[in-house]
Amino acid sequence: MPFFAYTTVFLLIPTLVVVIGAFLDGDNRPTLGNVEGLTQPSVVRGLTQSLILSAVTSVGGAVIGGVLAYAVSTAREGSVTRRFFSSLCGVLAQFGGVALAFAFIASFSAQGLLSVLLGRVGLVTGGGLWLYEWDKGLMLVYLYFQIPLMLIVFLPAVEGLRPQWREATETLGGTTWTYWRRVAAPILFPSFVGATLLLFTNAFSAYSTAKALVPQANPLLPLQIGGALSSEVILGQENLGKAMALAMVVVVALVMTLYAWIDKRASRWMTR
Amino acid sequence: MSGRSRFRRRQRAFRWVTLSLLLAFFALPLLGMLEFTTQGRGGEGRTLDTWRTLADVSTVSLEYPALREGFLASVGLGVVTPLVMLVLLVPTMTWVRLRLPGLSRTVEFICLLPLTVPAIVLVVGLTPIYAWVYYLVGSSTLWLSLAYVILVLPYAYRALDAGLRAIDVRTLAEAARSLGAGWATVMWRVILPNLRTAVLSASFLSVALVLGEFTIASLFSKKNLQVAMFELGKSDAKVSVAVGLAALVFGFLVLFAMSFVGSRAAGPSRFSRFRRSRKETPA
Repeated sequence: MPFFAYTTVFLLIPTLVVVIGAFLDGDNRPTLGNVEGLTQPSVVRGLTQSLILSAVTSVGGAVIGGVLAYAVSTAREGSVTRRFFSSLCGVLAQFGGVALAFAFIASFSAQGLLSVLLGRVGLVTGGGLWLYEWDKGLMLVYLYFQIPLMLIVFLPAVEGLRPQWREATETLGGTTWTYWRRVAAPILFPSFVGATLLLFTNAFSAYSTAKALVPQANPLLPLQIGGALSSEVILGQENLGKAMALAMVVVVALVMTLYAWIDKRASRWMTR
Repeated sequence: MSGRSRFRRRQRAFRWVTLSLLLAFFALPLLGMLEFTTQGRGGEGRTLDTWRTLADVSTVSLEYPALREGFLASVGLGVVTPLVMLVLLVPTMTWVRLRLPGLSRTVEFICLLPLTVPAIVLVVGLTPIYAWVYYLVGSSTLWLSLAYVILVLPYAYRALDAGLRAIDVRTLAEAARSLGAGWATVMWRVILPNLRTAVLSASFLSVALVLGEFTIASLFSKKNLQVAMFELGKSDAKVSVAVGLAALVFGFLVLFAMSFVGSRAAGPSRFSRFRRSRKETPA
């Protein structure tokens, strides 16, 4: 079948190229050198910074996006509010990349809207240099696409909360707090964790936004892989790139396995 | 009763406060883009020069040939990718449902696999494959769509799977076959029309993904819209920011329009109509 031929050539073989290439040296002899190369300080720093950035923005994005999703879900189904927010979030979460980075660069430029506004209330943005640091500006920009993604992933779960459950809690004498603590939170928890994991992989594998924001520096693992690919100066760098790519796949695969397991549990309540 | 209405009021207040706060967070950088593109020379005054330049097609293609090239490439990719995806997925998924249900887990696994392989990793693995593609068929930007199909697989699979789940493929196919239809007719005139909404949403997701794609194109040194925008950012910031804003607004409008079309076509109304007409037929 053409489907299997196609996916073999464009998906399975590339994956194998990465996995096998990670253990080959420049002359195609098996080696552990590339994997040992992963312990270079720069690579370790890239990996740690990527992990921290993804963890912080996924948890932050999940919490804020979760509240947003609940707020949107209280609007009537099919109302303009709901459509507006789902479409806006769809664009910001999936369409963005370079444009989102530009939005922040433009807003925080010397005469930019946000610099001026913040300057007026006494906050000096300091020429916007902080925007290009991975633990400040990059986090803000990443949140800017993580929160919308959370809305998209989490909205179906909060829509699954039936008003009858709240009414039943009230009939039995429960308060709003009881409802959230004993009914809604346990039901939503698996979906929430699952969505957070999805956000984590999303941030972890993002490349374009960071590339557009900090084209020269390589503070994150995806940027380092990109750098290893495009630099043809250092021999053997290409296979180090494969080892870094393998490290990424391992992280993402671990997270996704956890996600699949949680998703199975979450879907128990999602039959609508 | 008063408790109910107080609850309603509180909920509405909560909704408006939350939505306004986040709307401000989302809107400010976009307004910042708009503000930036309308800044006059030296940061003083307002001017629409940037947008006037952008609206003038002939100037754009003369002065920013890269932008024109990238735009055309992205449009081409946005047409080819969904087509290849549909040709590849729809018959396979239907066939698996009809004849080889044992393979459905395998197909699902393959389709969801790209979620665990980040685009940047795919680039690493695809480099030798693309060396062959270039060697065999030339190095046109359009060949990027071969890789994009892989990127859109998970999203397209989910949309199509939901569509296939909602119809009884087996009965439809058997009915058509017993009336003398060949497999091509079954696919084209029975399955596809019933999958209209799913096909539409799968295609739109693919188009959105293709228009926003940067990683693969940039690392293979191909020029699509995003790469052109990125490169323009170095020389002419205003125009590139304007293009970025225009792309975001365009994407929003498409999704917003889709949300009306999709729900009307997929809503319960069509299903109830179907049921009603079936009841009427014997009479």
